[in-house]
Amino acid sequence: MQKTTPSSNPNSGNLFSRLQLDGRLIFMVLTIAIIWVIFNVLSEGIFLSVQNLWNLSVQTASVGVMVSAMVLVIVMRHVDLSIGSILGFTGMVMAVVNARVFPPDAAWNAWATLAVGLILGGLIGAFQGAWVAYLSVPAFIVTLGGLLIYRGGAWLVTEGQTVGSLTNSFQVFGGGVGGSIGAIPTWIIGAILLAYVLVNDVSNYLKRQRNNLPNRPMWVQIIVTGLLVLLIFGFIQIMNGYKEPQTEVSRGMPVPVLIMLLTSALMIWVVRSTRFGRYIFAYGGNPEAARLAGINTKLLTTVVFAIMGVLAGLAGAIQTARLGAGTNSTGTLAELSVIAAAVIGGTSLSGGVGSIPGAFLGALLMSSLISGLVLLGYNSAWQQVVQGLVLMIAVLLDVLYNRNRPR
Amino acid sequence: MQPLVEMRDISKSFGGVRSLDGVSIDLQPGEVVGLLGHNGAGKSTLIKVLSGAYSADSGQIFLEGKEVKITSPRSSQQHGIETIYQNLALADNLDVAANIFLGREILKNGSLNEDQMEIEAKKVLDRLKVNIPNLKLPVYNFSGGQRQCIAISRAIYFKARVLIMDEPTAALGPQETAQVNELIRNLKAEGVGIFLISHDMHDVFNLCDRVTVMKNGKVVGSCKTKDVTEDEVLEMIIAGKKPRVLRDQA
Ligand SMILES: Nc1ncnc2c1ncn2[C@@H]1O[C@H](COP(=O)(O)OP(=O)(O)OP(=O)(O)O)[C@@H](O)[C@H]1O
Ligand SMILES: [Mg+2]
Repeated sequence: MQKTTPSSNPNSGNLFSRLQLDGRLIFMVLTIAIIWVIFNVLSEGIFLSVQNLWNLSVQTASVGVMVSAMVLVIVMRHVDLSIGSILGFTGMVMAVVNARVFPPDAAWNAWATLAVGLILGGLIGAFQGAWVAYLSVPAFIVTLGGLLIYRGGAWLVTEGQTVGSLTNSFQVFGGGVGGSIGAIPTWIIGAILLAYVLVNDVSNYLKRQRNNLPNRPMWVQIIVTGLLVLLIFGFIQIMNGYKEPQTEVSRGMPVPVLIMLLTSALMIWVVRSTRFGRYIFAYGGNPEAARLAGINTKLLTTVVFAIMGVLAGLAGAIQTARLGAGTNSTGTLAELSVIAAAVIGGTSLSGGVGSIPGAFLGALLMSSLISGLVLLGYNSAWQQVVQGLVLMIAVLLDVLYNRNRPR
Repeated sequence: MQPLVEMRDISKSFGGVRSLDGVSIDLQPGEVVGLLGHNGAGKSTLIKVLSGAYSADSGQIFLEGKEVKITSPRSSQQHGIETIYQNLALADNLDVAANIFLGREILKNGSLNEDQMEIEAKKVLDRLKVNIPNLKLPVYNFSGGQRQCIAISRAIYFKARVLIMDEPTAALGPQETAQVNELIRNLKAEGVGIFLISHDMHDVFNLCDRVTVMKNGKVVGSCKTKDVTEDEVLEMIIAGKKPRVLRDQA
């Protein structure tokens, strides 16, 4: 991205920071590229096929939706272990509401169901956040309790029964049949993204120049912007490259991917451009300083956990819709993938440092590993082993990285 | 004359420790009051009650004769009280401008106006003649003195009526200290009332109109600097012994 978050630029003197580039993001992009090439060779060209990449984007959506909020939680020196269970619980409630409570043929059913899930997730998150902020119980414990409570809750809703026959309109959120937006809307989104990147980069550059503020060298800016443009083009090509069976009709972007893009864009804006985002990082850097600056740090903590809950509810909608049924085990262990993605993406467990684009790449890296292992025929036990190892390595990198940093 | 600030009979305990025990103190407009005392005397605790960081167990605070309730750092700021804390209270991971404007960011159409804040930060730092090459770096990159200047800039940017400085020059070199002392004189001339906590007798006698000495959470006494000698003030700090002027009054 064209500008690092205020805090994601920790090393001062090196080449990257002189060029105002985020070394960690570049490192991640390269890592993902290497993983992709290796899997592609091992799978004899299947991994980088349009079809597989399209599926990969859908598989990334659920973690990708949640990870931006997890970045905020970890930046504030907390953690949320309950999101997999919140995902399962809200998913189960949405399935029941969608199939059994709201009239199945009502046009508003899908949206009302989604609203129920998001509100429920938000309330659960705010409740846990209030325990952390106002009662000073460590987030680790509160959300560990939540992990058990809401997983149990997911079972109790239907005594363990799976709830099927969700409405087609709700299943759209999962990206299944009829769950893509088609070629032309996909191009429109691509065009909006392109226009945004170009206008934003050029106007920022000119404005800083006009105000006599330091800028990165022109050629670096051109390369960065150029690469972003290429990336967006490639992404749109993949989204539109996957055709409906036996036709030449492009499916276009799957709805869950669209949801992921929208939430990420919103969260990036919140972090970069709002007071709220600024205060989250200030709190992570020095909680007492944030309080002394007049920030209501307790409310801030509660709201961040509430956002985490809302996004867990959103992921619950995506996963439940994708399965076409509510089950009490949906989302099990999702918290670990999400935490791993955030940490791989450069969010520091010691707080105050994190970037949403980085976490997003972390999510992509994790889902690439899983998808590749599946393609090569490794079962889910191996996937867990690899996920665990990647998490440990990511934290190790964070520890090593922080060693060179005064605190 | 009506005091700008009057704190009356303030007490504050932490657990069993009575850090402030019926402390009363006042400040006139355009006056610099030195707050002195040994380590742990309660100086920082007292000013944190005024800055809203702590709430007192008992006692009253008056601003220009009107009683006010200072319940949070925000309400203290809203009364025109700015504070430079002993530990600086900077968010190390944020850049210079973000720290100076923390809690009071400049907005444009509802979102942060980073460029404007950077420009304003540059201006206020220039006023202090500090050399900070890159305002976009997180502040942990800077030296103790530079960080102290950032904390001072934050307090003076927002045109205070009352300025609290808790050992503002502790980490500064001679040139920067002179700069800050100059700044204190300028603000005083503008009618700002200043509480200055310092262990440097020389600076205290140079800058302060009055000194108030604390010991073990109580006020030993308060007197004009021109009425006392450095030795007498040292005796107040160390032995809690009142100087001659105060004994004569009694
Ligand atoms: N947050 C706190 N919790 C517990 N005790 C505290 C707290 N803050 C201050 N104290 C206690 O209150 C007393 C006064 O401390 P204070 O920081 O006000 O001293 P001081 O006069 O500023 O000293 P110094 O010159 O070392 O800065 C000390 O005994 C200290 O241990
Ligand atoms: Mg102190």
